Amino acid sequence: MAQVMMKDLNKKYDEVHAVKDVNLHIRDKEFVVLVGPSGCGKSTTLRMVAGLEEITAGEITIGDRIVNDLPPKDRDIAMVFQNYALYPHMTVYDNMAFGLKMRKFPKPEIAKRVGDAAEILGIQELLKRKPRQLSGGQRQRVAVGRAIVRHPQVFLFDEPLSNLDAKLRVQMRVELKRLHDRLETTAIYVTHDQVEAMTLGDRVVVMKDGWIQQVGEPLELYGKPANRFVAGFIGSPSMNFVDVTVADASGALWVETAGLRVKVPPALSGRLGAYKSQHVTLGIRPEDLRVASGSDSADYSFDTVVEVVEPLGSEILLDLKAGPNVIVARVEPTVRVKHGDKMRLALHPERVRFFDNKTELAI
Amino acid sequence: MAGRAGSGAGMVEGSRWHKWVFFHVPLMVFVVGTLFPFYWMLVTAFRPDGELYRPWRAVNNTPFWTTQPTLEHAIYLFKQTMFATWLWNTMFIALLSTLISLFCGLLAGYALARLRFPLAGGLGTSIFVTYLVPPTLLFIPLANIIRDFRLGDTPWSLILTYPTFLIPFCTWLLMGYFKTIPKELEECARIDGATRVRAMIQIIFPIATPGILSAGIFAFTLSWNEFIYALVFLSSPQQKTVPVGVVSELIRGDVFFWGPLMAGALLGSIPVALIYSFFVEHYVAGLTGAVKG
Repeated sequence: MAQVMMKDLNKKYDEVHAVKDVNLHIRDKEFVVLVGPSGCGKSTTLRMVAGLEEITAGEITIGDRIVNDLPPKDRDIAMVFQNYALYPHMTVYDNMAFGLKMRKFPKPEIAKRVGDAAEILGIQELLKRKPRQLSGGQRQRVAVGRAIVRHPQVFLFDEPLSNLDAKLRVQMRVELKRLHDRLETTAIYVTHDQVEAMTLGDRVVVMKDGWIQQVGEPLELYGKPANRFVAGFIGSPSMNFVDVTVADASGALWVETAGLRVKVPPALSGRLGAYKSQHVTLGIRPEDLRVASGSDSADYSFDTVVEVVEPLGSEILLDLKAGPNVIVARVEPTVRVKHGDKMRLALHPERVRFFDNKTELAI
Repeated sequence: MAGRAGSGAGMVEGSRWHKWVFFHVPLMVFVVGTLFPFYWMLVTAFRPDGELYRPWRAVNNTPFWTTQPTLEHAIYLFKQTMFATWLWNTMFIALLSTLISLFCGLLAGYALARLRFPLAGGLGTSIFVTYLVPPTLLFIPLANIIRDFRLGDTPWSLILTYPTFLIPFCTWLLMGYFKTIPKELEECARIDGATRVRAMIQIIFPIATPGILSAGIFAFTLSWNEFIYALVFLSSPQQKTVPVGVVSELIRGDVFFWGPLMAGALLGSIPVALIYSFFVEHYVAGLTGAVKG
């Protein structure tokens, strides 16, 4: 059990600056997810914690030891890889026992620990098989089992669910979460899947181009994205962005563009005042739009034309056009519309976000 | 009739006539062309001298089989020549030079496939280039070195020179094989508590067994059959290897002792054939590569 600290962490390859000034404090027993598009530096960061990549600059502390110069084997960590990395020439038992044998544990202790881990993961009857005789989900379990038998200080997961099919992925996700609740070991988990990030993480770190964009609890990232990238990355379907101009009319602030004109919610009008007659980006999530009814204020609604209807069963996704702007709305499954229909949409005033067009930061 | 059926179906699934012309006959020509020399060797090795030197026109001439098979040539080989010594020499030299080359090739191949160090690419290429230098040129400078180290006419002259072509060969074959092994396996082992060397020996080498076997068999065969270095560096009969010994001791001037020659060739190729057939499954897997993680 240990905390992990990263201080001004940098990684440079010959040409590429892969990780830039990463500062992160992962608390004891915390499950932290690094998420971002491919090439954002999340895996490199994890591999530096593991000791598989050299640190160009900065410092990593695990527990109370600075580990920069420690080889992987002395860092007291365990890692689960995307392709499972099971040793193909060993049985499941030997795979799980390998780390303990390397550390010269007595045989009965090894047998006990492997047995316990196999029981937790439900793979007792697979112990004598070779990895190639296992299915993808079983291999994944063995890889996790190999990590937990050692009772390491920190678990590292590098996209462990990416090779599984969609259904199995959801199932393993739940199991990993349960496992973490049970073992209470500090965990760092890398994924490009924002759903995995949101569901698994106590805190989520969003990265892009080597920089940390935002660190926060899942709902904090969803509700208060720090910038346009995080706003667009978290949530599916992603947030709608519309380029608008801030205007002053009849004593209130409005934002407008062709086909769309809405009042700035009072809570934001103070901060948006500085942007008068400038362009900003309006962000609104599909789930914060609804079909306007008579009771909705005209200040927060606008006219659209239906382009595409995607019925998903529990909800309907509508691709709409408000003037030239494409907008996605998530509406009740009872709404009956078809291509070309006119429709008035109302938005949730408190959930509207604005972003500076230059810095992309939230206003 | 056959033509009509053929025009109806495709080339491959065509009539019998098509199959014979495009498949069976070419295959038979190929098989006969490949195997006939071996058959000739076999027949000649067991043919008594009387039959061997019978003129072609003779009434009782049977060039393609023998009526009185005999072991006299094999016995002659072991009694009148130093064939047993040659076999032993060849085995000893081939085994040792294979072991040396495999050892160096394993380490070099692993380093080139896995480690990041300056000039790794250039080093890989230059190792390959040394493999391309023809032995018929290389033996001249090597002969100089062998003389300076006073190794001439000893097995060591071959054990130490065969690796000049075996090491590049093993290195490249094994480097290719190591590259097919996911690097996560070894990373995982290093996190599990192994050093790099230990991960290499306990994880990578066992997985690379098919590749290592292929490299070993190839290297062994190449040194077993090697002729030019053996001819140049060895002179006394008791030091010779099978290919050189058979040729130099059983062809005297313009007299060819065909029976013992062929018996020697046959006995000399048996060990290689045995090794091939024993390892063939691993060997094929090694050539086609690919480890599934």
